[in-house]
Amino acid sequence: MSDVRVAGTGLTPFGNSPERTGRDLFAEASITAFEASGVPRDDVEAVLYGNFMGELSEHQGHQGPLMAEAAGVRAPATRYESACASSGTAVREAVKRIRNGENDVLLVGGAERMTNLGTAGATEALAIAADDLWEVRAGVTFPGAYALMAQAYFDEFGGEHEDLAHIAVKNHANALNNDKAQYQRAIEVSDVLEAPPVSEPLGLYDACPISDGAAALVLTSESYAEEHDLEAPVAITGTGQGGDRMALHDREHLARSPAARAAGEEAYADAGVDAGDVDLAEVHDCFTIAEVLALEALDLEPIGEGISAARDGRTTADGETPINLSGGLKAKGHPVGATGASQIAEVTDLLAGEHPNSEHVDGATTGVAHNAGGTVASATVHVLEVVA
Amino acid sequence: MSDAESVADAGFDEWLEAAADGEAYFLECANGHGSLPPRRVCPDCGSTDLAESELPDTGNIQTFTVTHVPTPAFEEDAPYANAIADFGSVGITGQVIGVDPGDVETGMTVELEIAISETTAERVIGFRPA
Ligand SMILES: [Zn+2]
Repeated sequence: MSDVRVAGTGLTPFGNSPERTGRDLFAEASITAFEASGVPRDDVEAVLYGNFMGELSEHQGHQGPLMAEAAGVRAPATRYESACASSGTAVREAVKRIRNGENDVLLVGGAERMTNLGTAGATEALAIAADDLWEVRAGVTFPGAYALMAQAYFDEFGGEHEDLAHIAVKNHANALNNDKAQYQRAIEVSDVLEAPPVSEPLGLYDACPISDGAAALVLTSESYAEEHDLEAPVAITGTGQGGDRMALHDREHLARSPAARAAGEEAYADAGVDAGDVDLAEVHDCFTIAEVLALEALDLEPIGEGISAARDGRTTADGETPINLSGGLKAKGHPVGATGASQIAEVTDLLAGEHPNSEHVDGATTGVAHNAGGTVASATVHVLEVVA
Repeated sequence: MSDAESVADAGFDEWLEAAADGEAYFLECANGHGSLPPRRVCPDCGSTDLAESELPDTGNIQTFTVTHVPTPAFEEDAPYANAIADFGSVGITGQVIGVDPGDVETGMTVELEIAISETTAERVIGFRPA
């Protein structure tokens, strides 16, 4: 089975640009990815593209072919939608296609236009990742759903808002060097604790921002990379996906993410690694509590102990396993359809020594990207390794 | 969604109507798994033999949150408490009513009561401390 090489990565700045269309954002990300890869557009055999709320934010469905066109690629194109895990699932499909020999060169990515909806409109659009009949109509927002999990975590394992605040502080600190990040601004624990409440116990600084942005990856087979002498030292060596019941109230655990655990176990086994081999990870921290649940699901922290990881320095830039060196969704931003592919881009660049924060993970060979959809009814996990 | 009032939802609408009349039910398969409508298949075992069973009179709050930043459909209602309560073999998500949101606690015993949104005048699943 062929390794899947990441030949090129491209990200737009993530942030507030309500006038920019999705097609403009994805075009920019794809231009960067093609230039970095050295792969000609003509060699691309398909486009796999993640997007969540295009119908609501741009009145635009059928975005696959539109985005292929925006990227200057003549090839079949498909949109993947799994809420905030949309481009994580697109990457997973791409990996499978290259591995099974169906394709040698794919353009994979995602984009989301969100800030033009305003806060209320974006809150409404994000909420539809939950069960409309049984959650949304009861008034559960996206932050509200994570707040239900945060309270359940505190009740089951202990911890308090101040522990979560350290996660936000860490991820903001990591974003200071990342010029693509939405917030390149340090914050203090007191800022998080004093911020206006959104859904208690979560406040404004526990939440990722509403963002516009795009991410693109040129993925190739190992043989294509070698034949064309590409500089592509990082491979996606493991992929996994997990699922769970849609509504939180139907889950066995309110304070754990079994879908992410299943995805992680599958991806680790696929790559032939375990959690102890992981040098760094980008995890889906749409809310501070989400990072805790992700670390525990990926076995990077024991169950019930992820809450203290940032506070005690285990996951900070100079800790044992730096988490979200990009700034995470919290500070880098979360254009939902772009997020999964952007995490793969960040891990690739970190491992390749081409990231502004690579100095913190000198010699790292193994990274993980964890992308969650909704309240983790969907999750994908990918393992990336330096192979050349 | 804001135009939800124009959409009929078979199964769910009937359930809300029954619950408003004090006759809430859940679906039970031959193997005793509980679930909420609309549903044709038991999500636990795949059984297609589902019958309506009476919902227990009271439930227990498993977790809760007080939301200050709502979607437009609950603009006038905020701040409000959402909770997940277990009623026997089913969990239900609702808004806790008849009590200050700040007084809601995990473990609280509640009764189901269909409330009305101040914003949209739509029916909302409510939990009232028993
Ligand atoms: Zn059953």
